Amino acid sequence: MLRTRVMPCLLLKNGGLIKTVKFKNHQYVGDPLNAVRIYNQKEVDELVVFDMSRTAEGKVIDFDLVEKIASQCFMPVCYGGGVKSLQDFKALFSLGVEKVSVSSLLFDDPEIVRQAVEIFGSQSIVATIDLQRPLFRSTYIIKTHSGTIKRSLKLSQIVSYCENLGIGEIIINNINQEGTWEGFDIDLLKTITASAKVPVVALGGAGSLEDIQEAVDDGGASAVCIGSMAVFQSKGMGVLIKFPKSSELEKLFGI
Amino acid sequence: MTISIVNYGSGNIGSVVNMLKHIGVATEVISESEQVKKAEKIILPGVGKWDSGVHNLRVSGVLSALEERVLNDKIPILGICLGMQLLLNSSEEGILPGLGCIDGTVRAFDFSRVDTGSKRLAVPHMGWNAVTATQESTLTESLDEKSKFYFVHSFYADLEASKNILLRSQYGHSFTSGVKKENIYGLQFHPEKSHRHGMDIMKSFASI
Repeated sequence: MLRTRVMPCLLLKNGGLIKTVKFKNHQYVGDPLNAVRIYNQKEVDELVVFDMSRTAEGKVIDFDLVEKIASQCFMPVCYGGGVKSLQDFKALFSLGVEKVSVSSLLFDDPEIVRQAVEIFGSQSIVATIDLQRPLFRSTYIIKTHSGTIKRSLKLSQIVSYCENLGIGEIIINNINQEGTWEGFDIDLLKTITASAKVPVVALGGAGSLEDIQEAVDDGGASAVCIGSMAVFQSKGMGVLIKFPKSSELEKLFGI
Repeated sequence: MTISIVNYGSGNIGSVVNMLKHIGVATEVISESEQVKKAEKIILPGVGKWDSGVHNLRVSGVLSALEERVLNDKIPILGICLGMQLLLNSSEEGILPGLGCIDGTVRAFDFSRVDTGSKRLAVPHMGWNAVTATQESTLTESLDEKSKFYFVHSFYADLEASKNILLRSQYGHSFTSGVKKENIYGLQFHPEKSHRHGMDIMKSFASI
């Protein structure tokens, strides 16, 4: 049987590994290559890397760093951050990245995304959707550029919009939960997974193994990203690069 | 011996090179028919779409050079993912003919009419899954009950002759995840992205 994927989600900024809370409070947690080496030794299922200093700060992709990360990994790597052109996709895939994630590009130039799907296949192109629910509001707002720019696409349109472009996987992040250790937004996940044909990945809020299980069993997620849990000892504690044991995950998913 | 990795435009060559380098195997990345003619052992990697894969192999002349080296000279070849699918005759993903080294068709996963219980079966089939060997082979001699491999695909091989099936896996239904015919090997999963389990398979291919 297919085991549910659990993957560390790493945030980069200016070449360093950081962790945020609700995309704010950027805390430096160390050298990304050191972290990647440890995840490789721990044989994690997959690695997701977002470079927050690209689109948001208008910089080009740090291909040198991506190459160093990819060459350390004997598991799949998904990269996101500052991807703008077909040339970017091509360069990333040739460095050994399996999947390229897009967010702003979905809205700014969907035709490029469609072409990338055509050339590289659905399974290689991931959409990462960051959402936020403002206080006292019931509707979610899609945001890009690390949560600083609002987009007009509605929650109910996300799945069809991505699937029509040929996207092979959708990462759903609720910014309100991100870095809080308080669990995923299960209702949001349910809304998305109810109509999605492609795998949906839960991101934002993982604080325990139970949270991971809930995202899968109740939220319908095909895979789960963990951020804080993978870089801190526990909430409010020091940096520790870690990952749940394979036996723990197998027990969690009843395999 | 050097393993020649065919670059036909849409594959993630980097990760295959990275892993072979890590296990101490010499590699070269090739993209022209003259290079294929000189190759002694070939990996045909691949992500991407069937028709664009076939088209790229054709226009570069690599396709006919591959047929010559693999079918006549019988040098070992390992197809990975789309590279494995291209070894077959045809695919539901496209209209162009494949290499036809192994008789079979590539079919799409379709779970719309399959009762899968409460759990949604997403396509692509993406993640770590087990394989079961249906015959013995040097390529897969390192397999044990804990072996898991990384899959990411929406189409699977449907072979005409069961004697060419090397591995089977389960997703919604049982499907062929490894093929073998004489000097020709193919894997649906990505050994280059499957930690030590994949590394062992790459070592085995290097030793063939």
